[in-house]
Amino acid sequence: MQTRFSFGGDEHIFAEVGEAMSLEAFFKSLFVTNALRDAKIKGVTEICPANASYQVKFDPDQIKPDDLLTELKRLDTGSEKSEPVIKTRIIEIPVLYNDPWTNETLMRFRERHQDPNGTDLEYAARINGLDSVDAFIKAHSSAPWFVSMVGFVAGLPFLYQMVERKRQLQAPKYLRPRTDTPKLTVGHGGCFSCIYSVRGAGGYQMFGITPMPIYDPNQKISYLRDFMCLFRPGDIVKWKPIDRAAYDAAVADVDAGRFAPIIRDVSFSLTEFNRDIDTYNRKLDGVLHGH
Amino acid sequence: MAIKVLKPGLATTVQDLGRPGYYHIGIPLSGGMDRHALAAANLLVGNPEGAAVLEAVFMGPELEFTEDATVAVTGAELPPKLDGEPRETWTSFKVKRGQILSFDFLKQGARGYIAVAGGIDVPVVLGSRSTYALGALGGFKGRKLEAGDELPVGKAATAVKDGRTVAKDLRGQPAGMPTELRAMPGLYWHRITEAAGNGFFSDTWKVAPEADRIGYRFKGGKPLEFVPREPPFGAGSDPSNITDACYPYGSIQVPGGTEPIVLHRDAVSGGGYFMVGTVIAADMDLIGQLQPNTPVKFVKVGMDQALAARKSRTELLGKLRSALA
Repeated sequence: MQTRFSFGGDEHIFAEVGEAMSLEAFFKSLFVTNALRDAKIKGVTEICPANASYQVKFDPDQIKPDDLLTELKRLDTGSEKSEPVIKTRIIEIPVLYNDPWTNETLMRFRERHQDPNGTDLEYAARINGLDSVDAFIKAHSSAPWFVSMVGFVAGLPFLYQMVERKRQLQAPKYLRPRTDTPKLTVGHGGCFSCIYSVRGAGGYQMFGITPMPIYDPNQKISYLRDFMCLFRPGDIVKWKPIDRAAYDAAVADVDAGRFAPIIRDVSFSLTEFNRDIDTYNRKLDGVLHGH
Repeated sequence: MAIKVLKPGLATTVQDLGRPGYYHIGIPLSGGMDRHALAAANLLVGNPEGAAVLEAVFMGPELEFTEDATVAVTGAELPPKLDGEPRETWTSFKVKRGQILSFDFLKQGARGYIAVAGGIDVPVVLGSRSTYALGALGGFKGRKLEAGDELPVGKAATAVKDGRTVAKDLRGQPAGMPTELRAMPGLYWHRITEAAGNGFFSDTWKVAPEADRIGYRFKGGKPLEFVPREPPFGAGSDPSNITDACYPYGSIQVPGGTEPIVLHRDAVSGGGYFMVGTVIAADMDLIGQLQPNTPVKFVKVGMDQALAARKSRTELLGKLRSALA
């Protein structure tokens, strides 16, 4: 993989590790940005890893743009020698698929959709060659996903499905973006799922909603007291389909300060994962549920 | 001491010089869109230049003061009135307890900065008092002002004289029509044809009505023609799609190849549209003062010119500091 570098004006360097999304490109982006953070270079003000690229913001009054570029190229080359192993977390996210709120929203924006006569889930199931919404939900929730980028808006995770490419779910974005999306909607566009951290505009297909807040600017929620955003690039997410009663109970638990998400530390090896994906994912599930 | 908001204006927010360090999780810099004007307003009333002020867009608020204060309004030509009596912009003036500060119709520019000696004293969140409305973060309750809000004001460090003023040549406002915005081609520049690239810099664009703190949209130029390709996995099928990536501040994305959007202080931190280049840092303040329909030309520059422009903008701020020291 040859990284393509470009200056974004006089304050940014943009690095495209791969034009296409892959875990190899994501891991390289994560390694280079971690190495850059450790290098503590004077004048570097923001380090932003993304799905298959990364961006560095700098102050050209403190470091010459060409000097930083040289340093980044050095770190980029060095990253190829490192083992793709990370210490990370696996987090279970409950999801009420086919929920009433995203259903209401998708009906309001039907004229902006590829298939105005169905729901986003029905459309996604069909174009992915699955014979029912239930089969689609199973495909979405049975394997884990990588948080391959955090951003767009505060704390929003982009998630990349940890299965062979031919099994990865894909869906186009809405023909024209919506002006409204319920908070905590689970969406999907291209090969990425996301959780909308705040209510607002959005173009991804809407599949369901989670009762579990992932962003709290007031930091009242127990697991967001240390920091207002839950996710970091490299986190692993496993969706847990729940029914309406479980959803309501979880919302009540969140409100009462009782909700305790399942978050476990885990080590991930890309080499071992690639050797046997299904076995590796079962192992991850074991870490999550303590067996 | 407090300021009571009688009328909020169109979209008045608390802003300082911003919140660096959190872009990697989608929390943008925020802060005044015209940082030079924000600094000038603060220096006029004796504040540190990064104190929190009010940023009013297109229409001023109506404010009542609970104590005597010193105030300055800079940036756009948004003429202040005190109990109905006109006051000068770019000039400090005293306000008596109970007096009402309101504004006449906007004459020029887009964003006015209202500084009060002592600064707007909302809580510091992640190192800044700036409002990031999309994330309901910072500023006054994470949102634009509403009638009935009461803004706390800090204690003024030093008493300053009223009638202090900023000379025209130190104001750093956009000059001439069309406004020229210098931009460095790059990022995904290779995705469009050479003719489209030339057209982008030779066309005259106009500011579209969708112009806010997140980004400014431009209309009226020719649609961009793309170099044909097989869509890479994960990018999406539209020729303007990319595998979702980070967006630099000032970057010019062109969804569908039709209407460029320049991201500003409340930028979305990433997404799936290609970008043709980036407006240089020295010209970002100017964008915040552009009204809808203003004609704009993007002027192609390289890194050396960008750094020279940066230097002269820094020198302008230095002169402003000396003049108000």
